[in-house]
Amino acid sequence: MSAIQTIPINWYLLLSVVLFTIGVLGVLFRRNAIIIFMSVELMLNAVNLLLVAFSSYLSDSKGQVFVFFIMAVAAAEVAVGLAILMSVYRNSKSTDINDLSRLKG
Amino acid sequence: MTALILLSALGVIALLAEIFSFKKLLFPVVVLGLITTFVLNLVDWNTDKSWYGMMRAFSSVLIGITTLWFIMAEGFFKEESSLTDHFALILFALVGGVVMVSYTNMTMLFLGIEILSIPMYVLAASKKDDVASNEAGFKYLILGAFSTGFLLFGITLIYGATASFDLPVIADFISSHNGAVPSMFYAGILLMLIAMVFKVSAVPFHFWAPDVYQGAPTSVTAFMATIVKTAAFAAFLRLFASTFAGAGSIWIDVLWVIAALTLLVGNITAVIQTSTKRMLAYSSIAHAGYMLLALIALNQFTQSSVLFYSLAYSIGSIASFGVLSIVTASRGNDTTEAFNGLAKTNPLLAVAMTVALLSLAGIPPTAGFFAKYYIFNAAFLSGYGWLVLIAILASLIGVYYYFRIIIAMFFKESNGNASIEVTVNHKLMFIITILLTIALGLFPDFIIRLL
Repeated sequence: MSAIQTIPINWYLLLSVVLFTIGVLGVLFRRNAIIIFMSVELMLNAVNLLLVAFSSYLSDSKGQVFVFFIMAVAAAEVAVGLAILMSVYRNSKSTDINDLSRLKG
Repeated sequence: MTALILLSALGVIALLAEIFSFKKLLFPVVVLGLITTFVLNLVDWNTDKSWYGMMRAFSSVLIGITTLWFIMAEGFFKEESSLTDHFALILFALVGGVVMVSYTNMTMLFLGIEILSIPMYVLAASKKDDVASNEAGFKYLILGAFSTGFLLFGITLIYGATASFDLPVIADFISSHNGAVPSMFYAGILLMLIAMVFKVSAVPFHFWAPDVYQGAPTSVTAFMATIVKTAAFAAFLRLFASTFAGAGSIWIDVLWVIAALTLLVGNITAVIQTSTKRMLAYSSIAHAGYMLLALIALNQFTQSSVLFYSLAYSIGSIASFGVLSIVTASRGNDTTEAFNGLAKTNPLLAVAMTVALLSLAGIPPTAGFFAKYYIFNAAFLSGYGWLVLIAILASLIGVYYYFRIIIAMFFKESNGNASIEVTVNHKLMFIITILLTIALGLFPDFIIRLL
């Protein structure tokens, strides 16, 4: 029995659901673009945590490989996201998403 | 596999063009490369009616439509400074699309979606000085990443229940439980459903689509409305119509409501738009609703009717966005008035637009009519009469806003608008779309028999 299994799986599940919910609420209710990015990262890391826990409990390494894919893709996404945010900031001098509401209808 | 390697190689060649400066040659090289890939993809076609055949068919549609798109988006590649980047990003996005239609493992689904999405975020924001384009790219990125979070959480819960990412193993898991699956699996399916509905922009997760479609450069919007949507639908179909079909009782009722809302909200909101680009965005939301009907039907017609619908819809969209971008560039705005008198000044553009809009509206003898017919037939045979009734009412509303543009082109005075210069490539592309739309409308069996 590995160290990770000294805690029941339901606790990991609960922790991940809580972290994921905090991330979702952050995306929905925060107005600062950078904090929204951090909230998205929190959602992805909640998933990573749960994948590792499941992987250990099922004694199956596929879940851990998946975590690497998620981390690599999340890094690429943030790189692109920050670049877009930079050009938003150059044009509007603000990172508040309330200023990003020109498209409507 | 060949398609993936060839398309990735083309993308790398596009990047190398920047270093070895053969930018002028790049356009014909890429178009020829795409045609070669399309032909090779058809040559080793396997005629069995399994999912293998379906993914071949869908990847052929994706590559073929991208070829048309390249000819349509010629103007997008005029800007010297970032020309090769645009080529490479589009080709890599197409690779992602091909992965999305041909996966058998959840890992590949996730990677396919991301390979498709990340270039699209960049392309949506590619007009660097235009705030609307920045805003579109940013919204697309945030909401895309948000929905990917749901997708991953769903995949993780399903992994926790089944200990596998392989679709056949998951399907076996469902059948071994006779549909009474553990609650973790149940939650996983619903989370993945939310994510996929987000990706195909169905109501109530559609709010990002109109803004992104309007803000992005028109050529990129055309790519999102056709290739991205077709790929997302094929992935949706692969996941829910085969793997999760055994657990249909969990998600069909939810999807029924989503489809009905999508049809009504998409079509009704499209009526009140003044910008034609935004109107087409709402109409593309409505078209997602029609395709959901086939998914709900879940019978032997599901695959072939979605394939035919996405083909007819993509050809119609490429033509209508092509005309829209030419008209917008020359007349300065994209309201219905910009189309006034187009039939007198540019008969070819007007005819191409009319055929495309008739096809999108579903009027015979265009491809769109049979596309809708097969979908309604599939849904009706599975006993969803009420949903078909809603869809027919919604498509009547659709006829109204499509005809507004046709009337403006043919029966309004042009107010002294001059004739618009159209390049030879564009003329050729419009003739191809007109012929394809009518040919598919006259001989729909050709595509339907494939699957």
